[in-house]
Amino acid sequence: MLLIKCPYCEEERPELEFRNAGEAHLVRANPIIEQSDDDFAGFLYFRQNPKGLQFERWRHIHGCGRFFNAVRDSVSDKFLTVYKAGEPRPDVSKLLSPAAAETEPPVTKRPRAKKVQV
Amino acid sequence: MVEIVQATRRHPLQAGQLDVASVSVTLADNATRVSLRAKDNTVSALSKALGITLPMKPKTSASNGGRAALWLGPDEWLIIDDADSGVIADLAKVKVLHSAVDISHRNVGIIVAGKGAAAVVNGGCPQDLSLKAFPVGAASRTVLGKIEIVLWRTGEDAFRVECWRSFSNYAYAFLQESARDVAI
Ligand SMILES: [Zn+2]
Repeated sequence: MLLIKCPYCEEERPELEFRNAGEAHLVRANPIIEQSDDDFAGFLYFRQNPKGLQFERWRHIHGCGRFFNAVRDSVSDKFLTVYKAGEPRPDVSKLLSPAAAETEPPVTKRPRAKKVQV
Repeated sequence: MVEIVQATRRHPLQAGQLDVASVSVTLADNATRVSLRAKDNTVSALSKALGITLPMKPKTSASNGGRAALWLGPDEWLIIDDADSGVIADLAKVKVLHSAVDISHRNVGIIVAGKGAAAVVNGGCPQDLSLKAFPVGAASRTVLGKIEIVLWRTGEDAFRVECWRSFSNYAYAFLQESARDVAI
């Protein structure tokens, strides 16, 4: 069984207490009335589903009940980090190799970004 | 040679009779329960009204006499008190913004007590229930088999399992069955 850290409970808990809640950092356009139908369809239906690192929403539904975000590798199922809802995306390059990130200038490398970002 | 072992057949409706001496699974007395939701800045006023300092740390609880407050989430507590409690009236006097819902009849309490109580609960609950990870006084919403429960450790070898009323038959039978498995 996977152990997933909840940033609100501040500890690792069994995966049975959690639910995946899809891609993270989707932002509803404001004002939404000015958005084209295609852009709205993109916001509502179309997801990245990348092979590799992805930003996801999770919910500790059978625990504290809170939604939070996580960076997970969809190939290995490994969680790189978790962070509270509303917090900015963490720097993935730092997460992948903390030592390299300190010595080299940071590389802005992310999974394919959406049109609208936080 | 293969030795055939015949398991003793037990009637499926026998759940109510736990013939185990080392650990017991019993029904908790009726209680008053409140689902309390409130923001940080109202906690002191609510604590004063309740006579309990509401716990702010995950997985903890606080109690005063028969009244207890269990941390369920960053802005959520489960208050448990005796059946004739005045907790609803106490909270009604609080002027700060909060939500207090009487859920006394929604939940049913089951007490698991005795040697190996943690193993009995672990029969269906995936959390680490060692005393280090889940000390006396720890409380958490979690799962038991197919259902959601609130688990509260009231002693080294004593747990209170709170489940929803319609799940209580399942929880009770599950814990009895688990108790038979870990019986010493
Ligand atoms: Zn949590």
